[in-house]
Amino acid sequence: MASKGKVKGIIANLVIVETDEPVAQNEICMILHGEVKLMAEVIKIMGNLVYVQVFESTRGLKVGTSVDFTGKMLEVELGPGILSRNYDGLQNNLDSMEGIFLKRGNYTSPLDENKEWDYKPLVEPGVTVKAGDWLGEVKENQITHKIMVPFSFEGTYIVKTNVSKGRYKITDCIATLENGSDSLQNVTMVQKWPVKIPLKSYKHKPRPFKMLETGVRAIDTLNPITEGGTGFIPGPFGCGKTVLQHAISKQAEADIVVIAACGERANEVVEIFKEFPELEDPRTGNKLMERTTIIANTSNMPVAAREASVYTAMTLAEYYRNMGLKVLLLADSTSRWAQALREMSNRMEELPGQDAFPVDLPVIISNFYSRAGFVELHNGTTGSITFLGTVSPAGGNLKEPVTEGTQKIARCFYALSQQRADSKRYPAIDPIDSYSKYSEYEGVIRYLKENVSDLWLDMVSYTKDILKKGREAQEQINILGDDGVPVHHHILFWKSEVIDFVILQQDAFDPIDQMTPMERQKYMLGKVLNIVKMNFDFEKFEDVSSYFRTVINSLKQMNYSEFQSDQFHRYEDELESLIGEKKVA
Amino acid sequence: MEKIAFQKIYTKISKVTKATCSLIAENAGYEELAFVHKRLAQVVKIIDKEVTLQVFAGTEGIPTNAEVIFLGRPPSLRIGPDLEGRFLNAYGDPIDGGPELTGVETEIGGPSVNPVRREQPSQLISTGISGIDLNNTLVTGQKIPFFANPDQPYNQIMAMLALRTKADKIILGGMGLSNDDYLFFKNTFENAGALERIIAFINTTEDPPVERLMVPDMALAAAEYYATNFNQKVMVLLTDMTLYADVLSIVSNRMEQIPSKDSMPGSLYSDLAKIYEKAVQFPDGGSITIIAVTTLSGGDITHAIPDNTGYITEGQLFLRRDTDVGKVVIDPFRSLSRLKQLVIGKQTREDHPQVMNTAIRLFADAANAKTKQENGFDLTEYDDRTLKFALEYTEQLLAVDENLTINDMLDTGWNLFASHFSKSEVGIRENLLEKYWPNGKESELVNIATESNS
Ligand SMILES: Nc1ncnc2c1ncn2[C@@H]1O[C@H](COP(=O)(O)OP(=O)(O)OP(=O)(O)O)[C@@H](O)[C@H]1O
Ligand SMILES: [Mg+2]
Repeated sequence: MASKGKVKGIIANLVIVETDEPVAQNEICMILHGEVKLMAEVIKIMGNLVYVQVFESTRGLKVGTSVDFTGKMLEVELGPGILSRNYDGLQNNLDSMEGIFLKRGNYTSPLDENKEWDYKPLVEPGVTVKAGDWLGEVKENQITHKIMVPFSFEGTYIVKTNVSKGRYKITDCIATLENGSDSLQNVTMVQKWPVKIPLKSYKHKPRPFKMLETGVRAIDTLNPITEGGTGFIPGPFGCGKTVLQHAISKQAEADIVVIAACGERANEVVEIFKEFPELEDPRTGNKLMERTTIIANTSNMPVAAREASVYTAMTLAEYYRNMGLKVLLLADSTSRWAQALREMSNRMEELPGQDAFPVDLPVIISNFYSRAGFVELHNGTTGSITFLGTVSPAGGNLKEPVTEGTQKIARCFYALSQQRADSKRYPAIDPIDSYSKYSEYEGVIRYLKENVSDLWLDMVSYTKDILKKGREAQEQINILGDDGVPVHHHILFWKSEVIDFVILQQDAFDPIDQMTPMERQKYMLGKVLNIVKMNFDFEKFEDVSSYFRTVINSLKQMNYSEFQSDQFHRYEDELESLIGEKKVA
Repeated sequence: MEKIAFQKIYTKISKVTKATCSLIAENAGYEELAFVHKRLAQVVKIIDKEVTLQVFAGTEGIPTNAEVIFLGRPPSLRIGPDLEGRFLNAYGDPIDGGPELTGVETEIGGPSVNPVRREQPSQLISTGISGIDLNNTLVTGQKIPFFANPDQPYNQIMAMLALRTKADKIILGGMGLSNDDYLFFKNTFENAGALERIIAFINTTEDPPVERLMVPDMALAAAEYYATNFNQKVMVLLTDMTLYADVLSIVSNRMEQIPSKDSMPGSLYSDLAKIYEKAVQFPDGGSITIIAVTTLSGGDITHAIPDNTGYITEGQLFLRRDTDVGKVVIDPFRSLSRLKQLVIGKQTREDHPQVMNTAIRLFADAANAKTKQENGFDLTEYDDRTLKFALEYTEQLLAVDENLTINDMLDTGWNLFASHFSKSEVGIRENLLEKYWPNGKESELVNIATESNS
């Protein structure tokens, strides 16, 4: 029997419920407000008073209203049919809601219960299995969706039956399992899992070693992220966090992409809704929407559901990871999630930490990022969740709790710089402040040597050196004036500009430039470094800039041309003759 | 004032603070309205039987035995066709001497649009101001603020801009407006013969500040009515959102909430987003566009109010007085319309993106030259030309007192390029140069410039 209670107090979306019956932390309850049920989550228990955060507006709610506890935490439904869906933060299907405006208490089913799937069994009766093991598979869009032993099953089971190949609905019983004493357990294609509990039905979590190509040069070449890696993108407003994340979501080498639009603009989500069904995955040629699921809790949607949305997204990602897939999870922006926590914490009058954020914010962030990662499943295959979150620091100042909390756990740091954005040097990733700790991982080093080139790491560190020296030269020039420094300073500065314009800067809206495969990145970096390593002789500083501007122009035209096309070679020839002119023996 | 029959009247207030009063009452709904001592108030907290009410007009002089009557409904507006041409206060009551509204009592601050029911903003709005149409093109369904210092003529610019666009309705939400500015808006709209397109909700500095918290919701409820029922293009003007946010901080302070940055409430982002996200393009052609004003103190955009606004809106229009030409301009560096990509070069002439970017790049070169000059370094001949270009560009295109069509702006841009630069210096795509470069200009002027410098 589930517990019942009555509303005792209301402060915005914090509601105090009185009950004498047992309730659990994070348990979900329904507030029976007239015709509508308002979903809420227990966040604090003080004797017979239970504090719940309501996932909806509490307008009109009265003291004395009945509350039904559900005995369950906030759960998502896992099964075929998640891909291509647009969910809200609580996994309600937005497309099946009626009307233009969101109605309170309008909870829609995340999966289609009437659709039939072509099921193929993978194990025979008699086999021993445990939670997360694959029983069969169906085709969901273009991916092979594994039907797994429910994650909530503890211990080992013997497969008693497994249906034969055929068409089934998600609620049909497809297998029966037995564990020693208990009676037979029915298994369907759908199961539930509480979003705040990490899904750990895998063997272990080794260190990531394999680079994940994003097609963004400033990331892949300079500070690569790995399959199963974590990274974050802090930056002031308008510096390009969302554009960068969208670019990665389109191009990255992932089987599945889960996008959590967390407290940001609705129009940005609409852009994905409209574009992704049309755009193609550059690797498979399938429509991008086929591999994508969107969790939209835009900034005008209820704040508590915003907090839930990132967990919902993470749990969906974990589910697909357990099928041995490469999942990319993007959250924009994790600061909005932290602010949702702050709003609740303030309403509960907890002792605040820095900037009024809850004191345990770093722990919450850290626990969340830790759910990403590269895993080996019990059957020896591997899967991964690569997680990239954006951070929106107040006033653009990185000395603030969300940035600092994230920096402790995320391994890649892609700092967007206001200055670069102002001068339209997109993506505005600061090449000097940003880092990837994966570049130091032995496995990653080995991987890059084997898969890109033996010399790759030396090339990259040389590139970073020149960028640093170029910046120093520029500072000198700014202080002493153009003719107050030797011409050599100008040359050094312009060499770093070549790297900046050709490697770092990348037009996210150009059909060719937007995505650079690793092979092309290697080729272009080689080209650029050849120029950087050359000796040049100029009489006047004015000649340096005009010469390098033309060099940059040819290289940029190469970036805008199809790789190794005639056009590409034409610009390459143009470049070679430019270089030839100036070359000092 | 509303008359309510058969309502229980309470006369025992137990607590009074600067902004709120509390009493023991039954059956009150959250966010419900009430009258306290004939002043409008709203339920902001209920703990057991104790109900806390925020009194919009302030609690000065409220006695403990004041009459408290609950209205049984949240804030609402009588919405109907007779809204047109009306000037109303923050409660939606007429202040223009006209008749009471007769429309359907409709809850304000209602739910948001399901994101999957939105359309991508797509229709160009032309304002005649090059700093906007050329450099920061706006589209219907966009939300964008002016960032301006308090001494700049943002209200004048907003009124002019709104009248020039082809909006079906202009809804003004005035918060903390000076009486003079209120009369300015009224006269301007009247003189333009546009009154039937206007609806205004006005809170002036003479009204209690807390009342202005209702203004945006009022304006946007009216906007939703016209955009959804009649598929109209509605433009909502909100001025000044900084004064709105200031009141949020006063209220949260009086309710003893923990402040976050700049003594603003921790919920500032959500509070502002709820307003701005009402901007929307509907599939049936109706739209709500929000143009707001966020005044800055000392040009500081890292203050919590402009900072949170920037994180919510789709760009910002930065007003600045240019001392070289003595005019107010829209700063091309610090302004941005994030939705311009959707229309420029598509609904405008093909050369739009290139002309825009080239002009700004050359203007940036001029800014560098200026810094050099100020630091006492020598200028090159190229520097000199950029400075001349910048002056004319500012005067002819950045100043907000011009009224041009977008094609005129583009042609002006080409003329400026040709007067000061060679084709290779502007670096525009060959096919566009052939088509748009003014004939015969380049060789002449640039040669003169080069000669005079050598
Ligand atoms: N790679 C890019 N190429 C070209 N333009 C870009 C690029 N990145 C960003 N921009 C420009 O900058 C604008 C703002 O970018 P974006 O929306 O990604 O910023 P943001 O950091 O997400 O801001 P906010 O924190 O306010 O959401 C874009 O609308 C676009 O005009
Ligand atoms: Mg963004």
